[in-house]
Amino acid sequence: MKKILVGVKRVVDYNVRVRVKPDGTGVALDGVKMSVNPFDEIALEEALRIRERGQANEVVVASIGPADSQQQLRTALAMGADRALHVQTDSTIEPLGVARAFLKLVERENPFLVIFGKQAIDDDNGQTGQLLASLWDRPQVTFASRLELGEATARVTREVDAGLETLDVDLPAVITADLRLNEPRYVKLPDIMKAKKKPLETLSLADLGADTREHLRIVRVGPPSQRTKGVMVKTTEELVEALKKKGLF
Amino acid sequence: MNRILVIAEHAGGRLNPSTAKCVTCARAIPQAEVTVLVLAADGAPVAAQAATLAGVARVVHTDNPANAQPLAAVLAPQIAALAGPYSHVLGPSTTFGRDLMPRVAALLGTSQISDIMAVDGDRRFKRPVYAGNAIVTVEVTSDKIVGTVRVASFEAAPAGGNAAVESAAPAAGIPTHTRFVSVSAGKSDRPDLQTASKVVSGGRALGSAENFEILYRLADRLGAAVGASRAAVDAGYAPNELQVGQTGKIISPELYLAFGISGAIQHLTGIKDARTIVAVNKDSEAPIFEVADIGLVADLFQVVPELERLLGAG
Ligand SMILES: Cc1cc2nc3c(=O)[nH]c(=O)nc-3n(C[C@H](O)[C@H](O)[C@H](O)COP(=O)(O)OP(=O)(O)OC[C@H]3O[C@@H](n4cnc5c(N)ncnc54)[C@H](O)[C@@H]3O)c2cc1C
Repeated sequence: MKKILVGVKRVVDYNVRVRVKPDGTGVALDGVKMSVNPFDEIALEEALRIRERGQANEVVVASIGPADSQQQLRTALAMGADRALHVQTDSTIEPLGVARAFLKLVERENPFLVIFGKQAIDDDNGQTGQLLASLWDRPQVTFASRLELGEATARVTREVDAGLETLDVDLPAVITADLRLNEPRYVKLPDIMKAKKKPLETLSLADLGADTREHLRIVRVGPPSQRTKGVMVKTTEELVEALKKKGLF
Repeated sequence: MNRILVIAEHAGGRLNPSTAKCVTCARAIPQAEVTVLVLAADGAPVAAQAATLAGVARVVHTDNPANAQPLAAVLAPQIAALAGPYSHVLGPSTTFGRDLMPRVAALLGTSQISDIMAVDGDRRFKRPVYAGNAIVTVEVTSDKIVGTVRVASFEAAPAGGNAAVESAAPAAGIPTHTRFVSVSAGKSDRPDLQTASKVVSGGRALGSAENFEILYRLADRLGAAVGASRAAVDAGYAPNELQVGQTGKIISPELYLAFGISGAIQHLTGIKDARTIVAVNKDSEAPIFEVADIGLVADLFQVVPELERLLGAG
């Protein structure tokens, strides 16, 4: 059985402009639209395409989070994942805890490929894939924009500051998806119905026995400093004048 | 005393400017003693450059043919093996550091603190979340602190240092499961987007790669780097390394000129720290005008040639 494991995180939808709570304890999440982290959708799409090409038999999605995370797992099943694992917890688990829990899932499922999004758009940590690869002592390719699978290796192109870098890695490996890896498919209504019948297993952190001790404590959440609104000019000449006045032209 | 280990970023024998910014962040930690670590095939030339940064006490280079390319899986065990005496291990929040530092953190048994934008104490840092729409203050409770430094938040450490340089050979197993194949750097004589003082940037409105050329021409007139929105990159008008924003580059130039960019929050995250933002957009309601210091409601295809002409005359 050639399995791919994909991480799926429930996050505030990317269109929502979040507001910081006045008491500094966090951001206001009541009634806010939640979605699958967009980079995880890309990760899942890639896994589905690999399976559709016959290079994998099963795509398993997993999420660590509150009960409501099952909505995002159902979306992932509707996109085409075969099976879902929900590690249920109401506490916020920091990246290392998530990676340790995923390592337990990896030991259970034995995937030949694990694909994550390169970052979650809520806490923008961008480290779970790398942490897992490190704990598992396997290759990592972050910010992937192209993935070609061989029998025991993968050739992966990644978006780096200088341009594009290509690496060869032995499998199993951890890949993190960048924006241009693919364009995720839309979920169709019949697939949503079908997804309700697909297996979704709920586990607890205790079942997994993963150490989720905290190393990062949030002291305060505040608003960013605001830029003040500037001036409007009417013509290109005025623009050049304004820039000259600032010594920028 | 806090002993800080800064992991140097370099390529082609040259120290990347991100390292000097990490040094400034490191020096903001109380009672900091800063060591820069250079991992390379032949690290002496880069180490010599790092040694001139003001505030660096020591530079260590670890030479190994396996370090010719910055592969996270290869570098991380060597860094972890050398991390013993240090309280903090910092790298830049560039693709180099974002790839590498979490791998180090896991080996040291902690989570990474990502994108440090301010230092509030030995173990207290500020970092952006939700595309910069909130700022969290985080206290790190693990023994070792591993972090990436948001380079746009710190000035580069100036020259003027004269640190001692030594070499070290850590006892670490180096994996062979990850192999470098190639890197295709968009060769350019233009200033580097991440450190340029002026940036000319274009969005979806440019409409084609050919049209994007007008921005390159303007940039060359100004000695500016060129940037792009995600929409422009996705459409193939500009290469990926030009993307500015939450998931591209976070930049802090003196001057950012945005042409035909609407100002989505993911884009604005990348330019919040620019000194002066200029926006040219046909739509007076475009959100970019809310952050622009100077706004002009106009057709960019008219404004860009006019700017070129006025600059030529000027
Ligand atoms: C997970 C995620 C991550 C993202 N990360 C990034 C990121 O890092 N960086 C980023 O930029 N985006 C990012 N985005 C995308 C972002 O949401 C926007 O879609 C994108 O920034 C829009 O690009 P744009 O402004 O070029 O295009 P549009 O929003 O289409 O804006 C084009 C603008 O051009 C103007 N215009 C049209 N013709 C002319 C003309 N002739 N003259 C003048 N003005 C004209 C229009 O009025 C409009 O305002 C991300 C999105 C997601 C979901």
